[in-house]
Amino acid sequence: MPSKEKILALVRANKPAPAHLPPLDNAWTTYPDRYRQFAATLESIGGRCVALENLDAINRALGEIPAYASAKQIVSLVPGAGQPNFDPNAVDDPHALAAVDFAILPGQFGVAENAAIWVTDAGLRHRALYFIVQHLALVIPADQIVDNMHQAYARLSFPEAGWGAFISGPSKTADIEQALVIGAHGPRSLTVFCIQQVQ
Amino acid sequence: MPHATLAAEFVADEPRAHWHDQTLWWARAKRDKAAHCVPEWEQLREAAAQIKAATMANLAHYLEQFEANAMRLGAQVHWAANAAEHNEIVLGILERHGVRWLVKSKSMLTEECHLNPFLERHGIEVVDTDLGERIVQLAGERPSHIIMPAVNFKREEIGKLFHEHLGTEAGASDPNYLTEAARQHLRDKFLAADAGLTGVNFAIAETGGFVVCTNEGNADLGVSLPKLHIACMGLEKLIPRAKDLGVFLRLLARSATGQPITSYSSHFHGPMPGCELHIVLVDNGRSAILGSDEFRRSLNCIRCGACMNTCPVYRRSGGYSYEATVPGPIGSILAPAGDMKRFASLPHACSLCGSCTDVCPVKIDIHHQLLTWRHEIAAHGHLPLTKLMAMKAASFVFRHPWLYRMAGKAARAIVPLLPRFMVYNRLNAWGRQRELPPMPKKSFRRLYRQRGKKAER
Repeated sequence: MPSKEKILALVRANKPAPAHLPPLDNAWTTYPDRYRQFAATLESIGGRCVALENLDAINRALGEIPAYASAKQIVSLVPGAGQPNFDPNAVDDPHALAAVDFAILPGQFGVAENAAIWVTDAGLRHRALYFIVQHLALVIPADQIVDNMHQAYARLSFPEAGWGAFISGPSKTADIEQALVIGAHGPRSLTVFCIQQVQ
Repeated sequence: MPHATLAAEFVADEPRAHWHDQTLWWARAKRDKAAHCVPEWEQLREAAAQIKAATMANLAHYLEQFEANAMRLGAQVHWAANAAEHNEIVLGILERHGVRWLVKSKSMLTEECHLNPFLERHGIEVVDTDLGERIVQLAGERPSHIIMPAVNFKREEIGKLFHEHLGTEAGASDPNYLTEAARQHLRDKFLAADAGLTGVNFAIAETGGFVVCTNEGNADLGVSLPKLHIACMGLEKLIPRAKDLGVFLRLLARSATGQPITSYSSHFHGPMPGCELHIVLVDNGRSAILGSDEFRRSLNCIRCGACMNTCPVYRRSGGYSYEATVPGPIGSILAPAGDMKRFASLPHACSLCGSCTDVCPVKIDIHHQLLTWRHEIAAHGHLPLTKLMAMKAASFVFRHPWLYRMAGKAARAIVPLLPRFMVYNRLNAWGRQRELPPMPKKSFRRLYRQRGKKAER
């Protein structure tokens, strides 16, 4: 592979003076009430945050969401949440998810400073589901909210192939005269259910 | 064409130039608000600069580490020395898979390599899926801003474009309506695509993965439906550790649009099961910049666009006046590194106010580098004759104080008496758009001396 050798030789020849990586152990901002910070930030970026006492309360809360009430194809990978009528893991081709109206999926943890939720494709055959669905609901335990992104990465490691993302709010764009429009290509809404007591 | 010539066309439409200026200033204001909400903002900037410096100091090691880890995860890694090789590599992969429809998310690198026209010449239909990029693609233009590609378009113009290409109602210009039309139009493209191509925001050496940030979700939709994902990145996108992302993801969106983070920050490690992931590492002049003590720090750029939003020249002259892939302050450093003669005017399209340096999330000393470029450009003989003569004359006058004093005295006495055409003519570039200030009665030297005498008394 000649180009690889050529590029690496140039990069080595042009190597600047040594410099050290910072340890990143600064006293980063933390919040007295992480849930409140998370919820307020999520609302400010166009998402909805719903605190629930326990998972049993989720079906009533879902029923109050018009997009859920009118959804024809529903996916839920959170046991006990919603009345799913479509199994995304039963299809071989992600294109078959194009008609899913509402998906209820588990999130791993939230980040208070920016309302991001870490999601992965573990247990999910098609990661496209997070993006192709019309409306998305993520469910996280309320005690799984960290303060900031530094704490978030302290929880993450990437030893093997896989995919994960921080999702913060619904899909959006402001490419037409800077006017914010929710629902660009991905979900038109994001609801986050924070469960206080996880059984 | 020199920047000033193209900028003159832009500012000729004064209300529009004003609108453009205000639009970008609004983005700058949002950035300020977001930055001020983070008490440790300056610590983050410092950490980001340190991480980038440490990466550049050991770049060959990190590149090899990244390649080894990415391959271990099942990705295929390609190396391209220049734009032509990058394009050939991408075409080769697409042809091997028989790809006819390609969906792309935003990648300034592929703009730099002019990938779209190259692929189209080879019979592949390329669809840019970022809404702003789709707008400029339909218009047959290029992005005028790296974060807001269509920031120079008015909603009525986009409405007209969509009416012609997407069949929206004539005269419709509501952003909600137009965005919905683009959503439907692009959803068909996403579902029909044979392959997805993305840029890379950050590539992690220690894990072999990379991160792509979007608000629309277009990158993810584009690469999670087809079986082929190609990710193109410049060498400088590397970072050593996953935890470094904590710093960069906190800085990027806040600097770009004032958001706390982009809607989607996707971490790709290896291909989807049964699919292929190709990563193309591109040099295209970057290793040469690495060797320059003056301009190396321009490689730290994370492409947030904050320097454009704040730049008084960019805001009032528009992205197209730079004729470079990356416009604005950072682009005026990067472009001459590729072609000094062609882009010789860009480092002069700057008032040296330093606002870009103040907002840069990775602490690039942008305006200092622009000044350095001016020296280089002059040393290489790329200054236009008028500027060169003016510089020589000014230099001569400044080196002879008696001449300087005499010239000042003469100007104060004579200029007010001159007829208008003698002052405002082709030779006086400063008088083209503005009135000269009235000539002072006394020179600064005299005022200063008088002040000194007053103080003695």
